[in-house]
Amino acid sequence: MIASDFSTVLPEVFLSLYAMLALVVFVYSGKDKHAALSIWLTSGVFLLLAAIIGLSSAPDTTSFNGMFVDDNFARFAKVVILLSAATVLVMGQDYAAKHDMLKFEYPLLVALSVVGMMVMVSAGSLLTLYMGLELQSLALYVIAAFRRDSAKSTEAGLKYFVLGALSSGLLLYGASLVYGFAGTVEFAGIMQATQGGDLSMGLLLGLVFVISGMAFKVSAAPFHMWAPDVYEGAPTPVTAFFATAPKMAAMGLFARVVHDAFGGVIGEWQQVVAVLSVVSMFLGAVAAIGQGDIKRLMAYSSIAHMGFALMGLASGTAFGVQAMMVYMAIYVTMNIGMFAFILTMERDGRPVSDIASLHMYSQKEPLKALCVAALMFSMAGVPPLVGFFGKFYVLRAAYEANMAWLAVAGVVASVIGAFYYIRIVYFMYFGEAGEPLDANPVHRLHIILVISAALMIAGTFFSLFGIETLAQIAADSLAN
Amino acid sequence: MSNLLSLVTFIPLVAAVILALLSRGDSEDSQRNVKYLALAATVFTFVASLMVLFGFDSSNTGFQFVEEHSWLLGMQYKMGVDGISVLFVMLTTFTMPLVIAASWNVSHRLKEYMIAFLVLETLMIGVFCALDLVLFYMFFEAGLIPMFLIIGIWGGKARIYASFKFFLYTFLGSVLMLVAMVAMFADAGTTDMAVLLTHNFGSETLDVFGFQILGGAQTLMWIAFFASFAVKMPMWPVHTWLPDAHVQAPTAGSVVLAAILLKMGGYGFLRFSLPMFPVASNLLAPLVFWLSAIAIVYTSLVALSQQDMKKLIAYSSVAHMGYVTMGIFAANQQGVDGAIFQMISHGFISGALFLCVGVIYDRMHTRDIDAYGGLVNRMPSYALIFLFFTMANVGLPGTSGFVGEFLTLMGIFQVNTWVAMFAASGVILSAAYALWLYRRVVLGDLIKESLKSITDMGRREKMIFAPLVVMTLLLGVYPALVLDIIGPSVAALVETYHSNVAAHGIVSTAASTASH
Repeated sequence: MIASDFSTVLPEVFLSLYAMLALVVFVYSGKDKHAALSIWLTSGVFLLLAAIIGLSSAPDTTSFNGMFVDDNFARFAKVVILLSAATVLVMGQDYAAKHDMLKFEYPLLVALSVVGMMVMVSAGSLLTLYMGLELQSLALYVIAAFRRDSAKSTEAGLKYFVLGALSSGLLLYGASLVYGFAGTVEFAGIMQATQGGDLSMGLLLGLVFVISGMAFKVSAAPFHMWAPDVYEGAPTPVTAFFATAPKMAAMGLFARVVHDAFGGVIGEWQQVVAVLSVVSMFLGAVAAIGQGDIKRLMAYSSIAHMGFALMGLASGTAFGVQAMMVYMAIYVTMNIGMFAFILTMERDGRPVSDIASLHMYSQKEPLKALCVAALMFSMAGVPPLVGFFGKFYVLRAAYEANMAWLAVAGVVASVIGAFYYIRIVYFMYFGEAGEPLDANPVHRLHIILVISAALMIAGTFFSLFGIETLAQIAADSLAN
Repeated sequence: MSNLLSLVTFIPLVAAVILALLSRGDSEDSQRNVKYLALAATVFTFVASLMVLFGFDSSNTGFQFVEEHSWLLGMQYKMGVDGISVLFVMLTTFTMPLVIAASWNVSHRLKEYMIAFLVLETLMIGVFCALDLVLFYMFFEAGLIPMFLIIGIWGGKARIYASFKFFLYTFLGSVLMLVAMVAMFADAGTTDMAVLLTHNFGSETLDVFGFQILGGAQTLMWIAFFASFAVKMPMWPVHTWLPDAHVQAPTAGSVVLAAILLKMGGYGFLRFSLPMFPVASNLLAPLVFWLSAIAIVYTSLVALSQQDMKKLIAYSSVAHMGYVTMGIFAANQQGVDGAIFQMISHGFISGALFLCVGVIYDRMHTRDIDAYGGLVNRMPSYALIFLFFTMANVGLPGTSGFVGEFLTLMGIFQVNTWVAMFAASGVILSAAYALWLYRRVVLGDLIKESLKSITDMGRREKMIFAPLVVMTLLLGVYPALVLDIIGPSVAALVETYHSNVAAHGIVSTAASTASH
């Protein structure tokens, strides 16, 4: 039994062993001398694991008495997490080298947080959930404050830590209530306890607290306050990481809990998620308008995007989960491209994140400006770019779940949000000329930016590269 | 050829890609190459579209040149034209070479300029050919991107305000349509427009938040589509983006906007609102009638008081589109025939009028009416052409403007005489503002010092106007050219509309009338 249990968690075990072993090896072999190597090595391990998980055709299994689930849903989420983490790591290398951040611990901390994420999306009980969540969060707190000498970075780390601890507290409190009233922490058991659709007051309270804790992790309004500050304060490569893999993991976890544990009482959490969704979409759209800092803007943009992804979840159907997965995959791709661009934004060798510094960017760098414009229109959800299909999916999911009002609210919010996306296009294409950005020689970032933008355009012609079917398979194994 | 429509649609896009990849530098040679390539691509598109027109069988009221491939989410890539859409495709392909030729003096970021227009052409043709709901929406909405850039990069002083207003206004309109499309998809289980045209959407009275919605789902969807098309058209009171966009856009942008982009709204009404939601259309037709009547009278009066030539013509466009919406929802043969005819003819006339403004703007760099006067003394051929299109705009018999106005008025008269009366007064008002504009700009003595050295139109400029003059005259004296093509499809549309309305037990507001 033990052997088969371990075989399902092999990727996680492998990754943790790798992280710990590498820590030891690098400490004894010259510490930061090999930091670049450690980045590439970790990326390579991520890619390897992504390939192994993505290509495995193992049947859906649970192990450790149902505490750990290995199904198509988990595999889909893990592949997205691993691929995005690998890309983001590689993206940050030059930035790290330039700003004295090139330390061998950085990629290893990322690796540990990725282990946490993989556990999160595979969680089969509230305990596994909490373990994964904390492992992920602890590593993230540290890397948010990775530039110890920068006041902003340490502030970001501390803020994230305090608020994160608060949300963990909420979640734990909810989990204890659920345990008390359902008599078990396992999702399957909770599912049985809520059979018949009636939810005791204690379970309901527990559910709401658990949802609040998870909403904090996906930075859905009104639990979003940490996001703009942390995004702005953390070093840009770390921000790029925050905006991608952890979001996917937290969304996966969210879907896992509401469907696997509370799938019998959809009506109870549906409204909560719908409200989170509406508030996030509008807050993200409205609050971003006044932002002058592109990292803060991306924080609000991600809040709005989480609102849209939650719209898919709020529908409570398998199609809704599929829509959410497609949305998240598209969201992660767009954000990787956008952060690759933000990492290149420098003036006189110093990173800038002021939107106004993009003045007439298109005249100096037509190709990059075009790519960023494509990403912006895609984020705004303008066809024929792929971002539109993400929106279309979640709208359809919401409508089919008889939540037409949510769909209408979503499109109205997307129009408000379009304002700040096209404002960036305006700065690049027809603002007044200003002091130009440095020509950044990091080709790697340019290539990632171009690929991301090209995917946003080409996806329309190539049926989204089959993501639709994969997400469907993933969703089917979750919401059965 | 089975994929002729795709060919027509995507030739400009291919040309745009070639320009983007191959053209380098800003030298005179490369600029000339860019211009010729763009012109060649648009002309070639026009020629290819002529094959569609000649191969088109007007007695067949179904979709022709249909091509179909599966796509994601159960949607299809499906293209096809029928009598209602084929002429809009022709209008687009006909106008674009003229637009490119009219941009011959542009030199600021020329390559991007031409790419934007070529991409825009693909998207516009796509709108009229798409037979899949989502495909239609993609083309419809994607057009915002190039137009946003065209106004923003090559526009006038207040271009930033105008481009944002244009984008957000039209975006807000169309996302509501998107929700309705999702609803249609869920209801009918397909996005194939040919199937949707025969699908009966629910029209039982619904109770939404305590409000009784007559016409039920149809009414809600109708309103969502109306939000999109009314903004695009534009109808009073959501027309305010148009004057800003027109004034700030470069000449070529104004021409595209007036000649083609506005027609998407009318096309949408004909393709979606009327046939797919007949009960709701019937219920809400009076609303459209009165909005149209207000548009015609009010915007004509507004036009009278304009100081800016482009703004004046923009308001006149809104008024003329009022006839179109009125004619469409009159839902009889004359009304719908007239509406389509009016759209085609307005494409030529308003396009030409914006070009007329462009001719003197290129010389004097102002659109202020007061800056001109007595141009006839130095620019006789310009005066003649401007006079011709002013008259066509007024609706002088013998020009295409007359036919459209007359048919739509005749259509509406059978349905609602009061609306017809107000709308007819617009004919007089349009004569007032158009002739007054002409008098102030062209007639009188040439007393302004700055105009003393102005030159008449060159050969290139005359060549641009020639096809427009020919078409306006030809359609004016022989409207059957258009009416024969659209007639059978319109007759089928009107007939199904009335039988659907009758089937729902509602007495039609419009008496079904015999074919012309």
